[in-house]
Amino acid sequence: MTAVFTEKDRVLDALGAVRDPELDEPITTLGFVSTCVVSAAGDAVVRLRLPTYFCAPNFAFLMVADAYDVVSALPGLRSVDVALEDHFAAAQINAGVAARAGFVASFDGEAAAELDELRRTFVAKAVLAGTDQVCRPFVASGTDPAEVARLTIADVPPSAELDRLLRRRAELGLSTGPDAPLLIDVGTGEAVAAPAAARHLGLARLTRTGIEANTGICRGMLRHRYTESGAGEEEQE
Amino acid sequence: MYEKNGEKYFVVDSHMHMWKAGPDNWVKGAEQYAKGWIECFHAYQSLGPKETHWTIEKFMSYTEDDLMKDVFEDGYVDVAIFQPTYLKEWYTEGFNTTEQNANLGEKHPGMFVLNTRFDPRDGDVGLEELARNVERYGSRGVKLYTAEWNAGSRGYKLTDPAAYTYLAKAQELGIKNIHVHKGPTIWPLDKDAFDVSDVDHAATDFPELNFIVEHVGLPRIEDFCFMATQEPNVYAGLSVVIGGLMHARPQFFAKVMGELLFWVGEDKMTFGSDYGIWEPKWQIEGFVDWEFPDQPEFADYPRLGVDGKKKILGLNAAKLYDIKVPDELQLKEETPAAQDDSKLVAS
Repeated sequence: MTAVFTEKDRVLDALGAVRDPELDEPITTLGFVSTCVVSAAGDAVVRLRLPTYFCAPNFAFLMVADAYDVVSALPGLRSVDVALEDHFAAAQINAGVAARAGFVASFDGEAAAELDELRRTFVAKAVLAGTDQVCRPFVASGTDPAEVARLTIADVPPSAELDRLLRRRAELGLSTGPDAPLLIDVGTGEAVAAPAAARHLGLARLTRTGIEANTGICRGMLRHRYTESGAGEEEQE
Repeated sequence: MYEKNGEKYFVVDSHMHMWKAGPDNWVKGAEQYAKGWIECFHAYQSLGPKETHWTIEKFMSYTEDDLMKDVFEDGYVDVAIFQPTYLKEWYTEGFNTTEQNANLGEKHPGMFVLNTRFDPRDGDVGLEELARNVERYGSRGVKLYTAEWNAGSRGYKLTDPAAYTYLAKAQELGIKNIHVHKGPTIWPLDKDAFDVSDVDHAATDFPELNFIVEHVGLPRIEDFCFMATQEPNVYAGLSVVIGGLMHARPQFFAKVMGELLFWVGEDKMTFGSDYGIWEPKWQIEGFVDWEFPDQPEFADYPRLGVDGKKKILGLNAAKLYDIKVPDELQLKEETPAAQDDSKLVAS
């Protein structure tokens, strides 16, 4: 079978790099891309949808802006039209993103700063959740938390979960080399000391549980709101 | 009262509503928000068992008779704590107000606890209204929706100076319980509206008040749990947790319960059906039957027994509201107080 990599696939593939900042999952697999089409002339149209009319406007803005950025960066397209649908702040978000105006200008008088700090906060949560994913096998096999604190990245067998954790750490400017400690404070980047390891692992598990529960609820709400699957959507649990 | 396997459970539904959300109550020019809000609530209902789903028409305008049947006749609830949510920018007569709740409550003495609410952006007028409501309805609790839109503002934090003025006034009036419900907007919009650190500060500064964080801070369970370990007067309101996860996502439900039992403890968790989003019947029956899946990933979590379920379903809320519980429905032996069960973590 010959795979035909269409223009649409190329755009969808790019959109796969855009994540919901709260759920730390691509907007494609979450089902947030309702439309992705590219005309023969190279005009790309992307429409995004969210689980509710009132999903938080700051996260919504980030997703629309990120989607616009990744599609615009693709060579060979004549025009790019990315917009959010069915959302209370859609008009403000879409106008702001199309004008590349930033969050503060898009929500005139309602926002005090751009969203970098918000994004950072949630990447830090993703690092914690990823730490649980990677450490769970050690804990499950009876490794003492203090022992886990002595492990470095090189001590961990390669896995998709480890790759993902390292990518999130890199986004925060945290250490990712083979000698780097497995457990680090997401704020300071310092190694977690052995006596604090149990608490750190507890927080990591808690954070992962929170994100997974949110994802479950968001998927359920989206399925009620839209019966049709999104472009690139994957159903889970 | 619910009875199963010879055990009797006194049920306090600590978070429920009677709303009017039909098109006849939508504010002109704000119809899209009123519609969007109730449709969002309706989507939550879809996370419960299929046979309990309502049409959107019924969901917008269920009746007093529906409520009495679903909550008390079929739903095992002994006492229901009525929580108001005003949303007057979107709903002409309010989504559900203290007065509307009282109209129903007065027809059924002893079955409802009438909570009221305040909005710190309402100034002196709001303080007077709060005092009037407490006097007239005997309210011991307030429900705060921090994402409520009010005259151009998209929300507030409990740490805003005006909010402290209101909390102090509420305490002076005899209010004991503050139910906090976070939503998607706040001032300024670039901050995380669901962040619960303001509850943390307020709980420290008002140690005489209890703060019940509804839907356990969802979508910020992790922040909520960590905060709750440090604040003895912070409680986990289970509305949405049972309704939204127990049926739809049983694995995640078990994990969330495990984390809550570990960090917060069974003495500080309270059941709330969130009616009319979900009927209490299936939630109570399912919760009493519920146990951790027999899988290694759940082995570390504290267990929840019959006594713990009795506390969560009613006895904890009864304590918060001084609701008299018949002797036969009390625990057989008094168990240790609140925080002892949870793991206090030094920060």
